[in-house]
Parts: sequence; C-alpha cells; structure tokens
Amino acid sequence: MSAYSVTEPSKASKWVAGALVVAYTIITLLPLVWIISTSFKSGPDSISYPPKVIFEPSLEGYVNLFTTRTRIAAEDFAALPPAETWYDQVVRDDGMVIAGPSRFGERFLNSVIIGFGSTALSIFLGTLAAYAFSRFKVPLKDDLLFFILSTRMMPPIAVAIPIFLMYRELGLSDTHLGMILLYTGVNISLAVWLLKGFIDEIPREYEEAALIDGYTRFQAFRKVVLPQAATGIASTAIFCLIFAWNEYAFAVLLTSGNAQTAPPFIPTIIGVGGQDWPAVAAGATIFLLPVMIFTILLRKHLLRGITFGAVRK
Amino acid sequence: MATPPIDRLARATPPSVARKVRGLSDRAIAWIFVAPTIFLLLAINIFPLIWTVRLSFTNFAANRPNREVEWVGLRNYERILTDEGTWANMQTTAHFLVWTIVLQVIIGFTLAWLINRKFKGNDLLTTLIVIPMMLSPAVVGNFWTFLYQPQIGLINYVVELVSGTPASSFSMLGPGGLAPWSIIIVDTWMWTPFVMLICLAGLRSIPDYIYEAAEVDRASKWRQFWTITVPMVLPFLMLAVLFRGIENFKMFDMVVLLTGGGPGNETLLASIDLKREAFEKWRTGYSSAYAIILFVTVFGLASIYVKALNKVKER
Repeated sequence: MSAYSVTEPSKASKWVAGALVVAYTIITLLPLVWIISTSFKSGPDSISYPPKVIFEPSLEGYVNLFTTRTRIAAEDFAALPPAETWYDQVVRDDGMVIAGPSRFGERFLNSVIIGFGSTALSIFLGTLAAYAFSRFKVPLKDDLLFFILSTRMMPPIAVAIPIFLMYRELGLSDTHLGMILLYTGVNISLAVWLLKGFIDEIPREYEEAALIDGYTRFQAFRKVVLPQAATGIASTAIFCLIFAWNEYAFAVLLTSGNAQTAPPFIPTIIGVGGQDWPAVAAGATIFLLPVMIFTILLRKHLLRGITFGAVRK
Repeated sequence: MATPPIDRLARATPPSVARKVRGLSDRAIAWIFVAPTIFLLLAINIFPLIWTVRLSFTNFAANRPNREVEWVGLRNYERILTDEGTWANMQTTAHFLVWTIVLQVIIGFTLAWLINRKFKGNDLLTTLIVIPMMLSPAVVGNFWTFLYQPQIGLINYVVELVSGTPASSFSMLGPGGLAPWSIIIVDTWMWTPFVMLICLAGLRSIPDYIYEAAEVDRASKWRQFWTITVPMVLPFLMLAVLFRGIENFKMFDMVVLLTGGGPGNETLLASIDLKREAFEKWRTGYSSAYAIILFVTVFGLASIYVKALNKVKER
C-alpha cells in the first residue's frame, strides 16, 4: 500500500469510530450479560433494588429449572437425613425438598429432536431441488426469490389456522412428526434458495469431466458436487436449525404437551409468588448459548443466510 | 500407461448419448429431485392458503366442528374493513413498523459506516453486535419483561441513574403510553445488526477508485458521501427495509411475550389481534378473512416496493 491513500481513513477517524462501535457493543450486549448473570443469582438477589452487579453466585436458578420442589412441615423437614447431593442441598437451603424433575428436560429434548429432524429433512430435500434448479432448465427461475419471500409474507397465525385443522384430521397435532414436517415446509424455500447459490458457484466443468470419465449423473452429484458444496450445506443447515430452534408461534398454537418445544415453555416457569427469574434466566441461558456459538461459527455466511441469498459477499 | 481402447471409445462418445445409455436422463433426475420439495411446498404453504381463502367465506368455528357451516359470501371481509378496532390495530402496526425501520436504518447505517473505517478488531465487534438478532424472539421478549420491571428492572434503574427520574415513577410496559415505545426499543435492539450487516456489504461493494477519482476532482468529503456513498448503498438499504418491513408487519412472538397486546390495546399489533380472533374467540371464518386481508396487504406493498427497488438498482 502506498504511504498515503485517499481511501484509507485517517488514524484519528479510526480511533473515534472504534470507540463509538465499542460503546455500542457494550450497550447492546448488556441485556445478554444481564440474562446470564441473573441465572447465577439467588432468588432475593435477582429482584433486589438497586440491581446487584456484584453478588454471591448460586446455582439455585439451574436447580429450580430442572426440578419441582415442595415445602414440607417444619418437623418433617428437621427429621430428614442430611442432603445426599449438592442440588438437594441447594433446595434445602431454601427450606424445600425436591419433589421430582421438571418438564424443562423434555421440552429441551423436543427442541433438539424437532430442530435436528426438520433441518436434516430440509437439507436433504433442499440439496436435491437446489441441484436441479442450478443445473437444469427450470421455468420461473427468476421469480423464485419473490415466491420464497411471498411464502414468508403470510403471518404465521394465518397459516396456523388451516394447519391446525389439517393436523387435527390427520392426527398430527402435538406430534414430533407434525412439527418436523411443518418446520421443513417453512424452511425448505430458504434452504433451496441458499443451496442453489452455493451450487451455482461450483464450476460445471468438474461434473462434466466426471460424466466423461464414466460417472452417471447421480454419481457425479454424489461424488463431485456434494463434497464441493459441503461448507454451503453446513451453513444452510445451521440457518434452518436456528429457525426451528427459535420458532414460537406454531409451537405455541399447535403443541400443548407431548411435542412442545422450549420457547413456549420457558415463559411459563413460575416460582413462588410470580416468575422465578433465576430459573427463567437459566433456561434462557441454556437455550440461547448454542445459538450464540453457532452465530460465531457462521459469521462468514451470515449475510447470505439472513437475506435469503440476495446479498453475497 | 497407455489408455485401454475401451476408455478411448467411451471418451469419443458424446456425453449426451453416454448419459442416456447409463441410468436416468437429466430430465428424469430433475423431476425426481424437485418433486418432493414442490410437494411439501404445496402441502404446507399453498394448500393452507387456498383453504384459508375458502374458510374466509364461511362462518366456520374450529371449536364447534359439528355446527352447520354457512356460506356467508363477503360478509367477513365487510365486517373487518368497517370495524374500527381493525383500523386501530393497523395504526398500531404502522406506528411500530415506521419507527422500528427509521431507527434501525439510522443506527444500522451509522454503525456500518463506522465499522467501515476498518479499525483494528472490527471483525470481532461485528460478530458480537450481530448476536441479538439470532436469538429466539420469544425468549428475548420474555426476558425483556424482566429488564422492564418497574420496581426491580435494569432499564428503570439506568434511566434513574442517567436522568434522575425516580425508577418507580414510570412503567415501561404498564399504563402511561410507554408500551408502544418499549416494543420498538426491543425490536431495534434485536434487528439493528441486520440493517448494519447489509449496509456494510453495500459499503464494501463500492470500489476505491471511485473515491480516488472524486478526490482528484476535489470533491469534498461531504459531497462524496452524498453523491457516491449514499446512492451506492441505497439498493442494499432498501433490501434491508423490505425484509424488516415484511417481518415486522407480521410481528407476533416477541411482542406477545412482552406485552400480550396490552396495556389495554396499546400494543395490539394486527398479528396478535388475529391470534385472539382465531384461537381465543375461535371465529375461524372471520379470522381467515382477516388473514387474507393482511397477506394481500403485505403482498401488494412488497410488490410495489420490489418494483421501486429494481428501478433503483438499474440506475
């Protein structure tokens, strides 16, 4: 680079810009830091005013998240043998005993099953369709982006009405299969569009060479295109997973118990006299952490995913 | 090593012939690959839409499936469009839509412009800033009710610290007219990074030589900003606005958990009202018509907008 470039910002302007962006980052991350820190507070600490920045860490929130507890009569409580595990002890310190596991574990597992199930199905179907769209002549190709956008213009509640009726007829209400199919139906347009973009970038010459070498079209797809598209497929998968993971409207309307995912469940965590904020925060932390990690892994393809492939870098 | 004659023969065969001989034709493969996706789209997107249209002309109620369904023609549409409540909700939605977009465009563009100074560590900061928009809106909405608590919440505390207004004298989600702004704040917090990322892509797409040429012509920085930067970023910015507009028009999850539409009907966005009609009052026919009206509105506005966007791109 030359010693002086007109397009290179001056040192001072870089400093000012850097400082302002750092300030914004701190402000914008504060609510998240607050969620995580609240999950390690005890009940009274979480609702003290002024809010406590320095506090004695406690795992009460996490224990409460995974258990249900009851209060027992004072004499029975005194007669109990000493607590066997650390989490028993945490609950006893509050003057209660563990009655059993809470439903959070099940709900979290449902989120995992439905999230991964719908992602696998979207990617499987999406990759096949994207390959066909990318390599063969398909009518209406140019209108595809708008079509995909339009499937997302329907408010989820509007789609939920007929789906609710349809699922009731088919016996798919409140089942894992029903939710997997639904999320796949919602994600598939995004998956096809993103994957088509990634496959378009793989030179056709590779496959043509393979075809000439005696591969069938299908073999060329499997052995040449798929390995080349691996990164694209992986990032598309993460986008589908995040959507299914975060989805709330369909989950709250179409599931009630068996297949309920974590987002409709977390807000219903209630403690004694109102919401149990450390437990809610613990649930939110456990639930949000994987997405934060995935976001960092995805950063290079983020733009493409959120704009349905309309902006590429 | 010499190539066996059979391979030489195979290579001499035109690929189109070879393909026909070996396995399925391209046309068959194309159909097999696309069919399941089309089927799923039809089942989960198109079929429900058609069903909704059909239901919108009836008085069907999903909680009373045995009642005789009457064909009511356009009466549902008529009732929705002449209902004052609907128009009030549309206004609430428009208020939310306009302010979130204005704030996100201003803050998002400014951030992108600052990050584009390419200071050290800008990549790391970009990644950190982006985190909120990837999170579950429902969980975020639920947690912001905690931050907005009038007695114990962090937001009230910070406001007291900064402005001296006593924390217990106002309630972000309660009566007093602040709730519509509270949902705008959370949405802006969540989605400003989206606008920022797209603007950043726009800024980075401007080649340096344009600025160099402007510098040679002695154009001021101010003039460069308005005649180069802004017009070049505009198509990107408009795309960001399109996405945010569609998303916020149908906003449901985050706001439902923050306010549930309240206090009163102050934050009753169209989607939340639709949910009440469909799944609490069980007026399935009526709410189907409502859904179609919302869909046609977004679809119409988006189509006009995309036309404008394409004009800007062509310029």
